[in-house]
Amino acid sequence: MKYLLLKHYRGAPAAVNDVPMDQWTPEEVSAHVGYMQDFAARLEGTGEFVDGQALSPEGTFVRYDGEGRPPVTDGPFAETKDLIAGWMVIDVDSYERAIELAGELSAAPGAGGKPIHEWLEVRPFLTEPPTITE
Amino acid sequence: MDEALLRTLTPTVIGILVRRGADFAAAEDAVQDALVEAVRGWSDDPPRDPKGWLVTVAWRKFLDAVRADASRRHREVRVDAEPVPGPAEAVDDTLQLYFLCAHPSLTPASAVALTLRAVGGLTTRQIAQAYLVPEATMAQRISRAKRTVSGVRFHQPGDVATVLRVLYLVFNEGYSGDVDLAGEAIRLTRQLAARIDHEEVAGLLALMLLHHARRAARTGPDGRLVPLAEQDRSRWDTRLIAEGVDVLQRALARDRLGEFQAQAAVAALHADARTTEETDWVQIVEWYDELVRLTDSPVARLNRAVAVGEADGPRAGLAALAGLDPGLPRYAAVAAYLRERDGDLVAAARLYTEAARSASSLAERDHLTRQAARLNARLRG
Repeated sequence: MKYLLLKHYRGAPAAVNDVPMDQWTPEEVSAHVGYMQDFAARLEGTGEFVDGQALSPEGTFVRYDGEGRPPVTDGPFAETKDLIAGWMVIDVDSYERAIELAGELSAAPGAGGKPIHEWLEVRPFLTEPPTITE
Repeated sequence: MDEALLRTLTPTVIGILVRRGADFAAAEDAVQDALVEAVRGWSDDPPRDPKGWLVTVAWRKFLDAVRADASRRHREVRVDAEPVPGPAEAVDDTLQLYFLCAHPSLTPASAVALTLRAVGGLTTRQIAQAYLVPEATMAQRISRAKRTVSGVRFHQPGDVATVLRVLYLVFNEGYSGDVDLAGEAIRLTRQLAARIDHEEVAGLLALMLLHHARRAARTGPDGRLVPLAEQDRSRWDTRLIAEGVDVLQRALARDRLGEFQAQAAVAALHADARTTEETDWVQIVEWYDELVRLTDSPVARLNRAVAVGEADGPRAGLAALAGLDPGLPRYAAVAAYLRERDGDLVAAARLYTEAARSASSLAERDHLTRQAARLNARLRG
């Protein structure tokens, strides 16, 4: 089963160790990045890693504006409640395992080298329908 | 280059290397390397004796790996470079491989991956594509699985039930990537049925054949899910149905019922009906009663409620639903269907919306959303 572990810039409840990254020491930033890389490498080793990506916080809203017209762009909007920072996709044997791994990822070190305890969102993927249904 | 032949030979050749003294993990790697070489080289110049060729090349790969490993560890190695082909070569250990790859110490995903590689002869890349994960991830999953079973004695007798569960999982994955997993599961189950005389192996094979027969009718041209009742039955594969029914009848004649035979019996009754109206729902309910007795599974009870709804009317179906956990997968979809049949369109529309929200596949969600939309449009009009 595949799960998305979603990390938010904004929109998730506040983390326990909620100090913005630009207030950390450079060593703390490096330790954080190293933790994330080790985590991904470890999951590749257990055969559970699928994908991991980080997103820029600055984005643009786009919509169709009618035949023959260029798309309308707008934003970024400061009031947008939900802002995705990045994700990791895992392929695991159970929901419990997904929760366990999200818990470990949330322990990534932040300010003072202490775990951030940030809230990650765990979302199951929709799959192909099973062959046998009745 | 005959890929089907190569894949059939894979477990046999692994078995031969193990009998010559290689451990399973090293033998499996060596055969995989030999397969890659065969895929590259055979198209121009296929050998006259493919099995002999594979054994020779795989054994050489094995020796190379052992020597490389020994020199890394600065150790001397004593392996007979040219083993005398003896009676061992005539024994087929494919069955042992099924047991080993489905060993209960493995997680389901690992057992599936290992089975597809060592028994199915698929490459790591193909398995990774089928399960939509990176090749490196799948390679690690397989090598961990091999480490997990490294202490298991190769010729230790295994449990057929664990093998059947793995094959069932492969079949149910259907068709997601470049590899037809349903077709592969059928091939592996056929191969198993040829090596072991067991009524539930036959039951699972029949179940697969009967469901596979409906494959073309299961999805519309736009990829949408077509439910059983609306399928164009002229598109069902009558050859597969005939084979499935035949395999099932011979299994049932042994009078040792199991869950796969019971499920196959339900599928056979559907296959037997030329139209939905002709379906023998009374008999289907009886088979579900057997299935509930055998497995005590809530999913079997849920499916039984659908059958009861058809046999004895929606009220009876809803009564059969009472007492089941509403959190069961597809509970809301079943409740919605029965409510609509009972004329309660408002409740049915609400339940279809709820079912769509909890659907685990995109095709099911779209199907359920269309059902809710259909009822809501009727309620407005």
